Amino acid sequence: MGKIRTPYLLLLPGFGFLFTFFILPIVNLAQTSTQTPVGGGDTGQYEQTFRFQNYIDAFVENKEQFGRSFIYAIIATVLALMISYPLAYAIAFKSGKYKNFLLVLVVAPFFTSFLLRTVAWKQILGEEGFVVPTLRNLGIISQSTTLTSTSFAVVMGMTYNFLPFMTLPLYASIDRIDPRTLEASGDLYANAFTTFRKVTLPLSMPGVVAGTLLTFIPAAGDYVNAAILGSPNTKMIGNVIESRYFKIVDYPTAAALSFTLMAAILILVTIYIRKAGTEELV
Amino acid sequence: MSFDASSARGDLILTRITKEYGDFKAVDDLSLTIPKGSFFALLGPSGCGKTTTLRMIAGLEEPTVGSIHLGETDITTTKPYQRPINTVFQNYALFPHLTIFENIAFGLRRRGIKDVDAEVNKVLNLVELPHLAGRKPTQLSGGQQQRIALARAIVNRPALLLLDEPLGALDLKLRRQMQIELKWIQKEVGLTFVHVTHDQEEAMTMADTIAVMNEGQIEQMGSPADLYDNPETAFVANFLGQSNLIKGTISGNDGDSLVADLYGQKISLPKSRSHATDNSIYAGIRPEKFRISLLNTPVSGNVLSGGRIEDVSYIGVSTQYQVAMPWGQELIVFEQNDDGVAPFNKGDAVNISWAPIFTFALRGDEDITAGSEVNPEVLDEE
Repeated sequence: MGKIRTPYLLLLPGFGFLFTFFILPIVNLAQTSTQTPVGGGDTGQYEQTFRFQNYIDAFVENKEQFGRSFIYAIIATVLALMISYPLAYAIAFKSGKYKNFLLVLVVAPFFTSFLLRTVAWKQILGEEGFVVPTLRNLGIISQSTTLTSTSFAVVMGMTYNFLPFMTLPLYASIDRIDPRTLEASGDLYANAFTTFRKVTLPLSMPGVVAGTLLTFIPAAGDYVNAAILGSPNTKMIGNVIESRYFKIVDYPTAAALSFTLMAAILILVTIYIRKAGTEELV
Repeated sequence: MSFDASSARGDLILTRITKEYGDFKAVDDLSLTIPKGSFFALLGPSGCGKTTTLRMIAGLEEPTVGSIHLGETDITTTKPYQRPINTVFQNYALFPHLTIFENIAFGLRRRGIKDVDAEVNKVLNLVELPHLAGRKPTQLSGGQQQRIALARAIVNRPALLLLDEPLGALDLKLRRQMQIELKWIQKEVGLTFVHVTHDQEEAMTMADTIAVMNEGQIEQMGSPADLYDNPETAFVANFLGQSNLIKGTISGNDGDSLVADLYGQKISLPKSRSHATDNSIYAGIRPEKFRISLLNTPVSGNVLSGGRIEDVSYIGVSTQYQVAMPWGQELIVFEQNDDGVAPFNKGDAVNISWAPIFTFALRGDEDITAGSEVNPEVLDEE
């Protein structure tokens, strides 16, 4: 009997932790999302009235920011994938004895604060940085164009910040591919491009799926990049939730937005995994 | 150009191929012709350059010096996918994400062959696994994967099929069965097979011609019987089976035979089997060619007297004796257990005799340990 109970006992701390810090807050958040202000009460005083209209109001009011969040997140994910795939491929197949060193370099940004790195991008893209003057001199952007406080800067910041989350799962997946299967493909009349399309890419799909999810999900809810690198015109849904909660003290709307975001991500991810996951995965 | 290469047919001709990796010569000035339609084996120990040679034929490596021709066509620098050559890889390298059917169809689809279904089914029947078409490679046993790897290659009817230690991952019984099957399939489809292996028994079972490789060069080439009965170097004598090599000198000439003096005892050997360059020789005799007899038994042929049984090991079909000779050497003798008696005991004083025709002679300055220390079970170089 004791032997059967032991695993469950070992799981208790984990369940306890998740219950206290995940289930309870979620339930609390759900309750908050349908509350309304107490008539004649102070700011921040709400009572439960089960007003589900909160959701519709919150969404209608912020649909622009919702749309922007998903568009930015998708662009950042695609960019991160395009940058990471060749990088992960090179580390897995071409780096030889420098493999571990390069992997450390991929993770190295984590050694400094997320905020600091984002602020650094503000300087890189700022008037005093080398990027803007160079682009202006080359005539790629006009003399009056700036890069900070633009959607370009926000997407760049997001792409950069989530790059390791894309690179590492891609690397893990590509590194597992037996190079002999690539030789076999060449041996069976496939040129380099066909080999990539028919063998390398399908075999690395688990990494592509994991990497895009690990990038897209946090990117869709991100507010740091938009806050530091963006402007009021580039506000994402994360920024709205943040200001509703901490500045306007409108808890029900913030809660309703959070749930809506969660549901939207869940639906998109489910569709994505269905599409990507069934056919080619091993 | 590429279209010329893909339709090339004929003998495979390697001309003065050298492949260097930095200071290391993996293949050293190797020339070789593999006739169309033959079953050819490249046999040698780990690191002898046989896999590198195979990879150069496949186009996975480019020779540092030299040229490779298929019939009239120079394919030295042709890309692998443009060569009419297919490979059965050492660990099969099946595509794990594709079904067995799609694995086999891969090459056909790349070449735009029309009737993929019929071709794939035909070859699945040839390897007797038509019921596995819908499975994934990981759901197959090692032996089944091996056959699918073979099917995936031969379905393309290449001018040349390369087999890189194809049976290395199989257990002994399955390996013996597959050897017979491979040989049969080669006859059936009539393709040129080039087989790389470190297993001398495997090479001898299957190949028409064997090239024994050592340190990037070909030591000797010939039929299995040729190599076994008439090895030209100590390396070949030791690597293909076992040999007793006894130091001696040529002391006379008797028609088609030579007379040799081995530690004061005269023996005779056929001239055609002497590869010595002067009078100093090593006389070689295979252990199963020896006969042991007690001192008072009359014997014919070549005789070496003064032996003493040092060790007896019963192996079932045969008994292996170690016989100490007066000059301090221990000779190995295999006696068939076909007469119902185990006649000799440790310590018996015996004579050793054999038919003169089974004697070969190597150069006297050879390293007689060459080829005997290598462990053929160690897998081949990467």
